[in-house]
Amino acid sequence: MATDDRIADPWGARTPYGPGTDWPTRVDVHLAEGLTEADVDRWAQSASLLHSNGDAMDIAVKDGRIAGVRGRAVDRVNRGRLGPKDLYGWQANNSPDRLTRPLVRDGGRLVETDWDTAMGRIVDRSRELLDGPGGWGRFGFYTSGQLFLEEYYALAVLGKAGIGTPHMDGNTRLCTATAASSLKESFGTDGQPGSYADVDHCDALALWGHNAAATQTVLWSRMLDRRRGTDAPALLAVDPRTTPVAREADVHLAVRPGTNVALLNGLLREIIAKGWYDESYVAAHTTGFEALARTVDAYPPERVAEICGVEARDVRRAAELLGGAQRLLSTVLQGFYQSNQATAAACQVNNLHLLRGMIGHPGAGLLQMNGQPTAQNNRECGADGDLPGFRNWANPEHVAQLARLLNVEPRIIPTWSPPTHAMQIFRYAEQGSIRFLWVSATNPAVSLPELARIRRILAGEGLFLVVQDLFLTETAALADVVLPAATWGEKTGTFTNADRTVHLSERAVDPPGEARADLDIFLDYARRMDFRDRDGRPLLPWREPEEVFAAWRECSRGRPCDYSGLSYAKLRGGSGVQWPCTDLAPDGTERLYTYGEFNTDSDYCESYGQDLVTGAEVTPEQHRAKQPGGRAFLHAVDYQPSAETPGTEYPLQLTTGRSLYQFHTRTKTGRAPELNGAAPDVWVELHPDDAGPAGIAEGDRVRIESPRGAVVAPARLTGVRPGVVFIPFHYGWWDTVGEPHDRAANELTLTAWDPVSKQPLFKSGAVRVARTED
Amino acid sequence: MHVAHYLGLLHRAEANLADAYREVAAAHAAEADVFHIVGRLAVQCDTHVERLAPFVDRYAEEAPAEPERLHAELFAGARSGGLGLLRDLHDLYLMVSYADITWTMLGQAAAGLRDDDLAAVVTACEAETATQLAWLRTRMKAAAPQALVVA
Repeated sequence: MATDDRIADPWGARTPYGPGTDWPTRVDVHLAEGLTEADVDRWAQSASLLHSNGDAMDIAVKDGRIAGVRGRAVDRVNRGRLGPKDLYGWQANNSPDRLTRPLVRDGGRLVETDWDTAMGRIVDRSRELLDGPGGWGRFGFYTSGQLFLEEYYALAVLGKAGIGTPHMDGNTRLCTATAASSLKESFGTDGQPGSYADVDHCDALALWGHNAAATQTVLWSRMLDRRRGTDAPALLAVDPRTTPVAREADVHLAVRPGTNVALLNGLLREIIAKGWYDESYVAAHTTGFEALARTVDAYPPERVAEICGVEARDVRRAAELLGGAQRLLSTVLQGFYQSNQATAAACQVNNLHLLRGMIGHPGAGLLQMNGQPTAQNNRECGADGDLPGFRNWANPEHVAQLARLLNVEPRIIPTWSPPTHAMQIFRYAEQGSIRFLWVSATNPAVSLPELARIRRILAGEGLFLVVQDLFLTETAALADVVLPAATWGEKTGTFTNADRTVHLSERAVDPPGEARADLDIFLDYARRMDFRDRDGRPLLPWREPEEVFAAWRECSRGRPCDYSGLSYAKLRGGSGVQWPCTDLAPDGTERLYTYGEFNTDSDYCESYGQDLVTGAEVTPEQHRAKQPGGRAFLHAVDYQPSAETPGTEYPLQLTTGRSLYQFHTRTKTGRAPELNGAAPDVWVELHPDDAGPAGIAEGDRVRIESPRGAVVAPARLTGVRPGVVFIPFHYGWWDTVGEPHDRAANELTLTAWDPVSKQPLFKSGAVRVARTED
Repeated sequence: MHVAHYLGLLHRAEANLADAYREVAAAHAAEADVFHIVGRLAVQCDTHVERLAPFVDRYAEEAPAEPERLHAELFAGARSGGLGLLRDLHDLYLMVSYADITWTMLGQAAAGLRDDDLAAVVTACEAETATQLAWLRTRMKAAAPQALVVA
C-alpha cells in the first residue's frame, strides 16, 4: 500500500466519523523508491520523534538500513496515520554527513579522534572543575526534547546526585515549560488531564495559540474527521495568523500578540455573567472563585476588543461557543506559551474548564500540549528544571524519598532554590561562573533568543563546550568536544507523548560508524567519573536501557506519572499505554481528575506555587494555610502589556513559528529531500496594509530589523493580522555557504522570559521592515 | 495626631523605592528577568505614591518637617556583577521591608481613624508590597549560592 503525496496533502484523505464512535483506521506507508512491503526484511516498533503527537509506527529494515515507515493501525494515538515528517524524515538517518567519530578541538580546529581521547578530555576538565568548594556550580547541562526516557533519567541522576548541580535544563524550556507550570499552578502537579480520545466525544473544540495543522498533523486529521462527520463539533481558533485551523474555525479571534490574558479574562467574565459556569463543581472542587470573578469583571467585551484588536461581537460569539458546549476540548500551545504573560494565560484556559466542570470526562478535556516528542519525559525524569517523579524540590520529604531511591545523602541533591532554567544557565556561562556546558541533542546556536549574544557565549574562551549530536550543527561547530550520537531507530528506549501515551522504540539498525546511544555516553561518563552512592557502589549501575527503565519505574511509583505497571514486554506489540499505569490500572489511565480530586495536597503537590506576575515562590506555610486538600486553584491576574511593544522606531510586532515540513533547526528534516524541498528557505509574512506603504510586493526581498539583529527574506503578503510580522524559526546556516547571520529568526528575538515558567517570549519583539536590493 | 508623619515617611519611601528599582534595572539590564520585573515594580511604586497623595493632602495640617532620608541610608547606588546584583537586591529588600512595615502601621492608623478610603488603599498596596518582598527573596535565594560560593 502506498501513501499519496503527503507534501501536497499533509493531512491525507478524510475518514469522517460521528461522536462516540471509533476513529477509523487509515494506514500510511512510505518506503524507499522501488521497495514494496513484501521486500522488507523486518519491521521494528517505534513512534514519531519529529513532533509531540506520538504517532506509532513500524520502521522498515532492508539490508541493515532503514528503508521506510508504516503507521501502526493498532495504536490509540494515530490508528495507522503518519504525518509528512514521519513519512519522509527517516531518510536523515542514512544521511552521508552523519557524525561517525568523536571530534576534539586541536589548534582551533575540530579533528577526529577516538572515544577514549574525547571522553578523557571531558573527564579531565570535569575533575579539575569539580575539585574545591562550589565545583558543582561550574557545570551546566542543556539537553533536549528528543532523547528517550531512560537517557533523561540517567542524565538527571548523574547531574543531580553525581555532580550535585541545579544547572540542568532542556530545550523543553523553549517549548513546554509553560504547559508544566500552568498544570502545577492549577492542579498541583504536571500531567495532562485530557486524552486524544476526547476528540471523538467533544461537541466543541477550542485551539488556543495552537496551529495543530502544522504542529500535530495527525491530531488535526482526527479533528477534521470529526468536523466532516455527523454532529460535528464547533471550533474556536485563537491565533494572530490565518492558519489552516483559523480558516476551518467557526470563530477565529486574531488577537494582537501578547494579549491572551485580556481575552481570557473577557471570556471568563462572560461565562460567569451569563451563568454558564457549574456552581456546584466550582464550590466542591476549586478555590479562588471570588478573586477570579473580581479580576475578570474589569474586562467587558468592548475593553477586550480594544486591547486585543478584535471585534466585541466576536468575543461574545466565542464566549457563547465555549459557554454552550456540553463537552469541550481545549488544546494550548506556543501562541500562549511563548507570548507575554504565558503561564497566566495558560492557567486561564485551565480556569475555563474548572468553571465549566469539564475535566476528566469523555469529550470534556484539556491538553496543555508539548512541542517536542519526548518533552514529557524530560519533565518527569528531571533532566530539566524539575525533580524526578514530579517531586517537589521545596518539600524535604520528597527530597528524602529521592535520596533513598538513589541511595545518596539528601544534601547532595541541590534543592536550595528552584533548579536553574536555561536562560540563567547561559547567563552564568556569559559571566564565566559556569565553565563546562554539555549540550545534548539540541542546537542553541540557532534556537535560543538573541543569537548574536548566544554565539558569543558559546564561543567564549573560558567555556568548555561538549556537544552530543547526529550532525555537525551550528552549535557543534563551536564545541571543544563533539560526541557522535545514535538516534531513533538505532537505539532502544521509551518515550511519552502529549496525552501521556508511553511508546517503546526499538533499535532497528546499528548506528553509523562509532556513533553511540546517548544513554551509553552518559553511563560511560558516570563510570569514568566514578560517581558512587553512599555505600560506595556505582551511582549509575546500569548497562542496558531496560535496567534504567526498571529503576525509573520504582522512582515513579506512587507519583502522578506512575509507570509501575509498565514494562518493555507490555509495550511490545500492541498500542501505547497512558500513564498512570499501575497494578490497579494495568491498562493505563485515559483521563486524570475524573472525580474532581486534584494533586494539590501540600504533601503531594509538585510545587507550592508562584505569584503569576513576578514568579515569587509561595512558601510551604502559605500553601498549607490555603488548605487546598485536592481542590484546584483558580488563579487570575490583570493584563499587562509585553516587555517590548512596537513604537516609532520599530513599529511592527514579530512572531515566530513553524513550517509544517520542518522541525526545529532542520537537523533531520533539512536532510529529507521531500521535506526540504517543501520549505527550503526562510520567508517573512506581512499584511498587505503594512507592506504597501513600505513599497513591498509579494516575493520582494525584505530586511527585517530589531534592536538585536537583522534577517533578510522574501515577503509573503498573507497570513498575519496587520501590524504583525511572522518568520519561521528553522533556518540557521549549516546548509549555506559561509555563515550568514541574517537568516535565523532568532537574530531578532528578545532576551526575556515568563516570570513563572521561565519560557523565553519568542513572540514579543518589535521590528521594522524595508525592501532591500540584496 | 501623627498620621501625617507616617504618610510622609511612606510617600517618600515609595518614591525612593521607585527610583532605586529604576537604578537597579539600568545597572543590571543584562539580567533580563530583573530588568523587566523591577521595571514593572517601579511603576507599581509610582502608583502607590499617587494613591497616597490625596491622604497626604487630607492630613497635611499635621505634617511634620521633611521626614528622615531613606534613600541614602538603605541604597548606596547600583553595583555590577553577580555579587553586585545580590547586594543590590539585598538593599532593595531592606527598602521594601521598610515600606512594608510602614504600610502595616498606616493600616493600624486607618483603623483608628475609621478612614475606609485609606484602609482600602493600604490593603491593596500592602499586598503588592508583600509580593515584592517575596519576589526579591525568591530571586536572591536563587542567586546566592552561585554568587557566594561559585563565582
